[in-house]
Amino acid sequence: MTPELLSSLSLSMPELIIAVGALALLMIGVFSGERANSTVTGLAVALLVAAGAWMLVFGHDGAGYGTAFVSDPFARFMKFLTLLGAAVTLIMSVGFAKAEKFDKFEFPVLVLLATLGMLLMISANDMLALYLGLELQSLALYVIAAINRDNVRSTEAGLKYFVLGALSSGMLLYGISLVYGYTGHTSFDAIATALAGGERQLGLVFGLVFVLAGLCFKISAVPFHMWTPDVYEGAPTPVTAFFAAAPKMAAMALIVRVTMGAFEPIGTDWQQIIVFVSIASMALGAFAAIGQKNIKRLMAYSSIGHMGYALVGLAANSEAGVRGVVIYMLIYLVMTLGTFAFILAMRRKDGNVEQISDLAGLSSTNPVMATILTILMFSLAGIPPLAGFWGKWYVFLAAINANLYALAIIGVLASVVGAFYYLRIIKIMWFDEPVGGFQPMAGELRLVLGLSGAFVLFYVLIGGPIGQMAEAAAKTFF
Amino acid sequence: MSGVPILSLVTFLPLVGALLILLIRDDGDAARRNIRNVALLTTVFTFAVSLLIWIYFDNAEAGFQFVEKAAWLDSGISYHMGVDGISMLFVILTTFLMPLCILASWESVEKRVKEYMIAFLILETLMIGVFCALDIVLFYVFFEAGLIPMFIIIGVWGGKRRVYASFKFFLFTLLGSVLMLLAIMAMFWQAGTTDIPTLLAHDFPANMQTWLWLAFFASFAVKMPMWPVHTWLPDAHVEAPTAGSVILAGILLKMGGYGFLRFSLPMFPLASEFFAPLVFAMSVIAIVYTSLVALMQEDIKKLIAYSSVAHMGYVTMGIFAMNEAGVQGAIFQMLSHGLVSGALFLCVGVVYDRMHTREIAAYGGLVNNMPKYAVAFLIFTMANVGLPGTSGFVGEFLTLFGIFQVNTWVALIAASGVILSAAYALWLYRRVVFGALTKESLKGLFDLSGREKVVLYPLVILVIFYGVYPAPVFDATTASVKALINNVTVSIDAAQTAAAN
Repeated sequence: MTPELLSSLSLSMPELIIAVGALALLMIGVFSGERANSTVTGLAVALLVAAGAWMLVFGHDGAGYGTAFVSDPFARFMKFLTLLGAAVTLIMSVGFAKAEKFDKFEFPVLVLLATLGMLLMISANDMLALYLGLELQSLALYVIAAINRDNVRSTEAGLKYFVLGALSSGMLLYGISLVYGYTGHTSFDAIATALAGGERQLGLVFGLVFVLAGLCFKISAVPFHMWTPDVYEGAPTPVTAFFAAAPKMAAMALIVRVTMGAFEPIGTDWQQIIVFVSIASMALGAFAAIGQKNIKRLMAYSSIGHMGYALVGLAANSEAGVRGVVIYMLIYLVMTLGTFAFILAMRRKDGNVEQISDLAGLSSTNPVMATILTILMFSLAGIPPLAGFWGKWYVFLAAINANLYALAIIGVLASVVGAFYYLRIIKIMWFDEPVGGFQPMAGELRLVLGLSGAFVLFYVLIGGPIGQMAEAAAKTFF
Repeated sequence: MSGVPILSLVTFLPLVGALLILLIRDDGDAARRNIRNVALLTTVFTFAVSLLIWIYFDNAEAGFQFVEKAAWLDSGISYHMGVDGISMLFVILTTFLMPLCILASWESVEKRVKEYMIAFLILETLMIGVFCALDIVLFYVFFEAGLIPMFIIIGVWGGKRRVYASFKFFLFTLLGSVLMLLAIMAMFWQAGTTDIPTLLAHDFPANMQTWLWLAFFASFAVKMPMWPVHTWLPDAHVEAPTAGSVILAGILLKMGGYGFLRFSLPMFPLASEFFAPLVFAMSVIAIVYTSLVALMQEDIKKLIAYSSVAHMGYVTMGIFAMNEAGVQGAIFQMLSHGLVSGALFLCVGVVYDRMHTREIAAYGGLVNNMPKYAVAFLIFTMANVGLPGTSGFVGEFLTLFGIFQVNTWVALIAASGVILSAAYALWLYRRVVFGALTKESLKGLFDLSGREKVVLYPLVILVIFYGVYPAPVFDATTASVKALINNVTVSIDAAQTAAAN
């Protein structure tokens, strides 16, 4: 063991914990059969927590494995978010697994493998490392989307996601090869140096476009969003929650690192692309959600819109912009987890329901649930003083500073349109006649929903320290 | 009074009351009575504490008083509170109207009393916060957050078309406000701060002022509301429960006028000068057009709503006259309209609670069996018309006096609105109160109950008191208004000299 390898290993210890743990859990699952589900889930959560704790205690800056793997404040912040998203969705899946006969031990193992891929993506500092992480994540996600294999819609969702995902991976790989061809490097730092020195060739811009297209697919930004509503609706709800939370964190972190790291010298080129994708996502997310009847489908369009808002910060191409993206992703994660805890708790005696109309009159039948969801919806709509407003505040602040006035104006107008469908949910819960309440919430869902609601409500009190952490993360690139 | 954070106390006291109510289990009449009592006590106590602000207010001081400042978010956004002569009385108006609103909903609100009272108390906190905030982000937070409880109030306890009205209210106001939000961000990057006193001293470049002014105008014009973006108001007023209408007309509309005085005029004086003719045109159209529309209404609340739009026309006109009489008149008109329109909606609430209709045609001859009600309603109607001796006259006269020095034609057309307001207000009064008592359903009506007297009589006294002796209001506002006008004229003169050179 050379000292260099040792330091690389210690740098990537969270990834190693999860990788080794996932394989061990697979063994435990195989040998103890179907009954092992809750044990495996519990251990998986423990592994995720252990990885996060290790990062908190021993996390340090540095590069390993050549320069393919980096650890810096930005990477650690986004890894925390990813681990949080994965752990919370696993916790939320326990009750659902029991009630819906969804007790497959493969689910927590696959979530661990996908999370491992995400952590590698976040730390990737080389096009090949990026691709490896992305594919590990994607392959696990394809299987997770189709995990309810006896259900037609779930298999359809998985297949759709696989075909489109494979296409996007192909595009990404093609883009990487073009970038390599024109710069001669795969390492982000080397690409940036090469770009800064030489003139910009057309083929390179093609490469950039393909790379960004592949990455935009992963955060489901328009025009690469087609899979999102179908997968969200078709997949079992805990899977949807996972899709909406963790992979978005990793893919957004990756986009930030690729644009701010490798393609930093050609900022004006990717800025146009990001501005377009952002506007398209915000607009489509706002308008297409209006007609939705299924709450999971609605959340799919909502997440498309929110990725558009997060990209507003990136489009600014500044430190304030990256800070905005980081804060936005944190707030989006918490709001999404809370909303999905609620959706998982939409249970009647005869099973789970998913229609928005099932929420009618909930404020009189389940007042606490309804009040917290109301807070979450106002927050998603971006109404102060709730957390969602502050997310929008930071990204638009960066956009205004970068003189992206058109983007900012279209963005806030889209948020008014978006407010309409969030209000519709509130209207159905508060103004309509009750159609019967839901079963009492499971303890873990209650905890997640409560914590999420409290975070959203009291963000005004804790916003200062969070802003400082995000600022430290954003400083990585400047 | 130094050391006591009295503004924070007044702002967040209602929130404490809301938390107490949250702890009461809503399971029966006794619990509901407790909830009402806690809400009433909270608002009365808040009013009493807020009076201390007026008592200890230094009339000679033009700057901000009772200032509190604490670090809050990054980028220098701080928790900064304070009042000056322009904002102080709006705080008092808010705390004064709230107990009346709680009393007005005492019996008329039967379902979900707990949520209702919580929504109102949260709304009170947010409204007071708007007038006290000295950080523009803090202001925006209070300003926008008020939409949430009001949306719920209209939507849950409103009339038949409550869903339409609540959505229209929310989306109209939000649309105006988000543009202001972008302007706030642009100001932050330009001036490097969100602190209102610092921004007041900052000179924004002339071309930037134009855009910022327009963005702020979008928000405040909708809130005010000015013609042609006033259409949400009649819907919201008609569908909202009585207390909701009182708050809407009494306080929420005033936030628009307050915003013009706090931001548009002193921060963008050049743009204000440039756009003043536009504001005048919109104001006189509002005064004449909405008065005519009011004449044709068959719903009492809708008539009062249109009359509110017309009265707000005087306010915008007075503010942008940019002289002392105009601005003083505008502030007084806003305070007076807060009392008068609130009182008129309460009067409508009195008969609505008995008859459950707001159709003018359903009433007539109420003077025969409701004499006390008729007198109170008459006084408020006269104040709405602007009869000398009532508070309505002072504001209207001063705004007209102020605008006359700037533009005679605007003054001439606006003055015709006074006649129109007499027409619709008196005609409404005649149709509802006078005439023979022919309708069977009206014969059994009884006069004002004790609770209704407690609600309406203080308003009667104040409307007449401030009509005869408006000095207490002007004493408080004069210093700040003079400073404001002085700053604006100095900036405009400086720009003109610079242009001449």
